[in-house]
Amino acid sequence: MASEQVVSAGPSVTGPKIVFDFEVLGLKINITETIVIGWFIIVVLTLVILFLTHNMSKLKPKKKQVVAELLVSTFKNIVKESMGEKNLHYTPYMMTIFMFSIFGSLISLIGLRSVTADFNTTVTWALMTFFTIQFCKIKTNGFLGYIKGFGEPFIVMTPLNIISEIATPVSMSFRHFGNIAGGMIITQLLYFALGSVSKVIGISVPIFTVGIPAILSVYFDLFSGFMQAYIFIMLSMTFISTAKE
Amino acid sequence: MEKAIVLAASAIGAGIAMIAGVGPGIGQGYAAGRACEAVGRQPESAGAITRTMFVGCAVAESTGIYGLVVALILMFANPFIGKL
Repeated sequence: MASEQVVSAGPSVTGPKIVFDFEVLGLKINITETIVIGWFIIVVLTLVILFLTHNMSKLKPKKKQVVAELLVSTFKNIVKESMGEKNLHYTPYMMTIFMFSIFGSLISLIGLRSVTADFNTTVTWALMTFFTIQFCKIKTNGFLGYIKGFGEPFIVMTPLNIISEIATPVSMSFRHFGNIAGGMIITQLLYFALGSVSKVIGISVPIFTVGIPAILSVYFDLFSGFMQAYIFIMLSMTFISTAKE
Repeated sequence: MEKAIVLAASAIGAGIAMIAGVGPGIGQGYAAGRACEAVGRQPESAGAITRTMFVGCAVAESTGIYGLVVALILMFANPFIGKL
């Protein structure tokens, strides 16, 4: 008896597509969608910033200079509140990560794959913060003080202290990646489900995919993207300022 | 035959992993309740209270996200199939 197998295509939930790859000294390097879209964001942001800061004047600022000054002063206030007056030199780092993160997540509104929905992106930023934290700890306490710091308050707490140090970049990267990638997967599943509804009814054009995903994307793309970027830099600032004392 | 068992077990495991969503639900609900209380007591600091609540909720969400990542890995990037 021939059994009829109904094979229906599921939603395609995959990693970023590899645009092209090349070999360098035997190492295969893949250029993925994430890198291409990331560079697109970098170029656009650089052009916008160059436009805003072109022909600045001290006494008669034009509108675009006021906008740029507003952005920088907002970030300086955030950094000053979280890290204190003496750590204001971390503002460029925090502002860069925030801008890249929020534009990397919001790029999904245009239809491209979010840069932060790739784990490589968030783990890079988390590792940068992790090495900054360790470097600040060594600079504040000296190398021997840094090693001794793992034995505080009791020497038996050393493995727990080491685990809690490693948990910092792991949790930061997974939190950011999980929120954005989870939102992307839920949106894809929703598109697939709404498209199937149209097919079941018999209409060949998926009309149900108009409008409903847009309401969800207000939460998943706008709110979640902004919150995760803000949380990432708030946690970075908290950890770095704790490491400096 | 083994592949069927591995696939079935992965599906069940992905479902069990999502039970981790209970924790953040309870914790964030409690935090939101306390934030509402605080706003009721001092309405002029509603902005600062809301911002702090959001930051706290996003940090508390991390363990739920860990469960989601495990479930996603089991469903879409299953490492056990390759070991068959």
